Amino acid sequence: MNNFKVLMNGIVKENPTFVLLLGMCPTLGTTSSAINGMGMGLATMFVLICSNVVISSIKNLIPDMVRIPSFVVVIASFVTLLQMLMQAYVPALYATLGLFIPLIVVNCILLGRAEAFAAKNGPVSSFFDGLGMGLGFTMALTLLGAVRELLGTGKIFNVSVFPEDFGMLIFVLAPGAFLALGYLIAIVNRLKKA
Amino acid sequence: MEYILIFITAIFVNNIVLSQFLGICPFLGVSKKVETAMGMGAAVAFVLTIATIVTYLIQKFVLDTFGLAYLQTIAFILVIAALVQMVEIILKKVSPSLYQALGVFLPLITTNCCILGVAILVIQKNFDLLTGVVYAFSTAIGFALALIVFAGIREQLSLVKIPKGMQGMPIALVVAGLLAMAFMGFSGVDKGLAVLFGIQA
Repeated sequence: MNNFKVLMNGIVKENPTFVLLLGMCPTLGTTSSAINGMGMGLATMFVLICSNVVISSIKNLIPDMVRIPSFVVVIASFVTLLQMLMQAYVPALYATLGLFIPLIVVNCILLGRAEAFAAKNGPVSSFFDGLGMGLGFTMALTLLGAVRELLGTGKIFNVSVFPEDFGMLIFVLAPGAFLALGYLIAIVNRLKKA
Repeated sequence: MEYILIFITAIFVNNIVLSQFLGICPFLGVSKKVETAMGMGAAVAFVLTIATIVTYLIQKFVLDTFGLAYLQTIAFILVIAALVQMVEIILKKVSPSLYQALGVFLPLITTNCCILGVAILVIQKNFDLLTGVVYAFSTAIGFALALIVFAGIREQLSLVKIPKGMQGMPIALVVAGLLAMAFMGFSGVDKGLAVLFGIQA
């Protein structure tokens, strides 16, 4: 039951995007469509789960002084692994997400969870924390991507909802990312109070 | 001429924050006051330029020479982290006044994705060292410009009444969206300038 709580904590109560406001660069940069947002979310989730499990397993071996650099090396290794896997199996998605894949290294969610959770808890609950945070991040990115894709081009996941001519192209471009995320957070704030 | 073109393109047309979405965290985090925004902008300009030179040399003389290109991400992030620490120590010793102005911002810079992002972009775009440095410096100026303008608007925003749900981050993001829209007005300027300078017909 406890692990379930940890899992839900990442998805709802401490949702990294809507509540903690972490990892804004990929959130804004890769959500021009729902599928891209989802791909980015899943890629981040993979690194997050792996780094959380490894860091929580080796936390007693790392001297406190070099804690942060060691965490960064662990995270960077998994990002490199992810880069190679994506280049081999999903080259199209890798090309679209481009620069944002290596930049997972500097995503504050990863180092934040390593420091705040994995360094204090066992591998099993760290796994669930990574899974929960990763799912929360993926859901937020997919939602933002879906909203932008729908408003911008009239499609969701490439399925046409209304004719493209009525779409507001601005939502697929850079300013739309800021606007859509701003209003989504405002809605979440409103829902939290209710 | 080519350098002027890169300079203007990186600042206005492909602004690192408003059109490439790099360095959003400090953009949203340290933009409540114009003064801190200036400090952060200067610190980023300083570190970004040095980091680009160092990572460029590492890529050309270490990673490429020994066929280790796949270690790029790990190598760059470690170099940048170490570099920031070193800059901090050197500044403290050599120029205490500069350290006082930039000091608080330096530790924050390691996790600023525009440093790693620009370092990787310079390699990807196959720039030579001088072009890379010009590109990095102009990108940093673009970052500082966006940050300072944004901070100026937010200072004014704190004086007006905003609906409850929109307070804080949501209104800041909407403002950033409007700012991005304003910067979209510059799109196409780079092509016009390229024709004007005779680089591109």
